[in-house]
Amino acid sequence: MNPWPFVIAAYAVAIAATAALVLWAYATMRRAEAAADKLKRP
Amino acid sequence: MHFLANPARFLKFARPASAWLLSIGLLFAMVGIVAGLTLTPPDYLQGETVRILYIHVPAAWLGMAGWAGIAAASVSQLVWRHPLAAVAGRATAPAGATFAAICLITGSIWGRPTWGTWWEWDGRLTSMLILFFLYLGYIALASAERERGGEGRLAAIFGLVGAINLPIIHYSVLWWRTLHQGQSIGLGGSSIDSSILWPLPLTMVGFTGIFAAAVLMRMRAGLAEAKVEARMRRAAGQ
Repeated sequence: MNPWPFVIAAYAVAIAATAALVLWAYATMRRAEAAADKLKRP
Repeated sequence: MHFLANPARFLKFARPASAWLLSIGLLFAMVGIVAGLTLTPPDYLQGETVRILYIHVPAAWLGMAGWAGIAAASVSQLVWRHPLAAVAGRATAPAGATFAAICLITGSIWGRPTWGTWWEWDGRLTSMLILFFLYLGYIALASAERERGGEGRLAAIFGLVGAINLPIIHYSVLWWRTLHQGQSIGLGGSSIDSSILWPLPLTMVGFTGIFAAAVLMRMRAGLAEAKVEARMRRAAGQ
């Protein structure tokens, strides 16, 4: 059995899931902080 | 920890810390992944599939560390009423769930060519799957409590009770000798040859940095959302 498709699939899952987590955390943070900043403006 | 109890002081720390942790985490993770895929020899028994170790082990560690963080935040909330504890617990859960899922999926992918099966109801695999479901339960409970304007005490109790699963995961390979191999890395050393082991600390540090950055970013989002909600409640009450 060729092991490389399994290795590639495992890395693809790990990288995609980590990237999705970071992008989601960043996007929600930016959106929430932008909404909070709007409150400060008169 | 009490030093950071003030949200303004916490944000002063979290803004640069999230950027630094993310940068350092990405750098270490990338170097570790490239080294693990190209610079280490195949294992004499597992062959090339041993390379999955460099992502599976950090994911397992972070899946468990995430719940340990939730348990610590729960104690902090229930005992000291730390104002950021509930925010920290809610911010940690999605990151912990993500890494628990990565651990389960990469382990399953490794298991097919190595054990000849995608899944086995083995002690370690099953207790890790339970941890993933505990994360989902915690996320649902904490969200429901927050929507109802609660302080998150129920979620904190759930976080503490769920911590019982952590020693079960850790000792599962000793208590039930089924398919998952025993502990190969401990405080006293490792049974893995150093020619294969060396990229692992790099990915451990890298993914831990990314995890911590994601938690800090979620905490910043949680604090900003709370600020907006408080203002809207005040405006509605006027």
